[in-house]
Amino acid sequence: MISLEQYIAVSSLLFAIGFFGVLFRKNTLVIYMCLELMLNAANLALIAFSRYHGGMGGNLFVFFTITVAAAEVAVGLAIIVALFRKRQTVEVEELNELKN
Amino acid sequence: MTDIFFYIFATAALAGALGVVFSRNTVNGAMCLIGTFLSMASLFVLLEAYFLAVIQVLVYAGAVMVLFLFIIMLLDVKESAAKKTSIYTWAASLIGFGILITGVVAINASESIKNKAPTMPEASGTSLKAFGYELFTTYLLPMQVTGFLLLIAMIGVIVLSKKVNTEQ
Repeated sequence: MISLEQYIAVSSLLFAIGFFGVLFRKNTLVIYMCLELMLNAANLALIAFSRYHGGMGGNLFVFFTITVAAAEVAVGLAIIVALFRKRQTVEVEELNELKN
Repeated sequence: MTDIFFYIFATAALAGALGVVFSRNTVNGAMCLIGTFLSMASLFVLLEAYFLAVIQVLVYAGAVMVLFLFIIMLLDVKESAAKKTSIYTWAASLIGFGILITGVVAINASESIKNKAPTMPEASGTSLKAFGYELFTTYLLPMQVTGFLLLIAMIGVIVLSKKVNTEQ
């Protein structure tokens, strides 16, 4: 039988991979995909906790997370397209006019 | 038997995630991410969250990733040469990773989750009926707020993607 610890291990590894992707990649689209990966890792942990705890709360919370993530992806991609239209780039290094 | 499936799908999910981070081509990365989402849907099935597994495939592997691929192909970004990562990024990543490891070790060490058998009340379970009942009784307000959020997101996307005339 798979224990809860193993699910948490998989979830945290996925979260860590997404985290490193966000920090080390320069392409905004890849960063956004890594963000989705982190959200999904959290979902996996929530469902595992819900299953081993014996309630429905975690499952319903994941349902809301997925809904909000879908809305977030739509808005975020629209922002990236608008940014690309204005600056002709999606590299985070070149999007620094707020810095100075 | 289900143990073998867990190891297969967990490995597939982790391999796909590594593919997203390491692939130089964005389209390949998106394909790897679809594989990760499908493996995670299989893990949801192993956790007996059947409805969420369906939602995962429909919304994430279907709608969200199609949107991603559409935008990737629309923008057609040229792959630029890898730039040097600053020392602050390295420091931030190491600190964040340390905190994450500490948290996971602390959770795994706590007594309350040791040797816990999966318990799902048979009466309510994860059936679709129980899901809908909870959604429209206990979680009615979050449900309506989420619907309103989707409306706001739709209007926001329309406003954002409208061609703005900067001459005026």
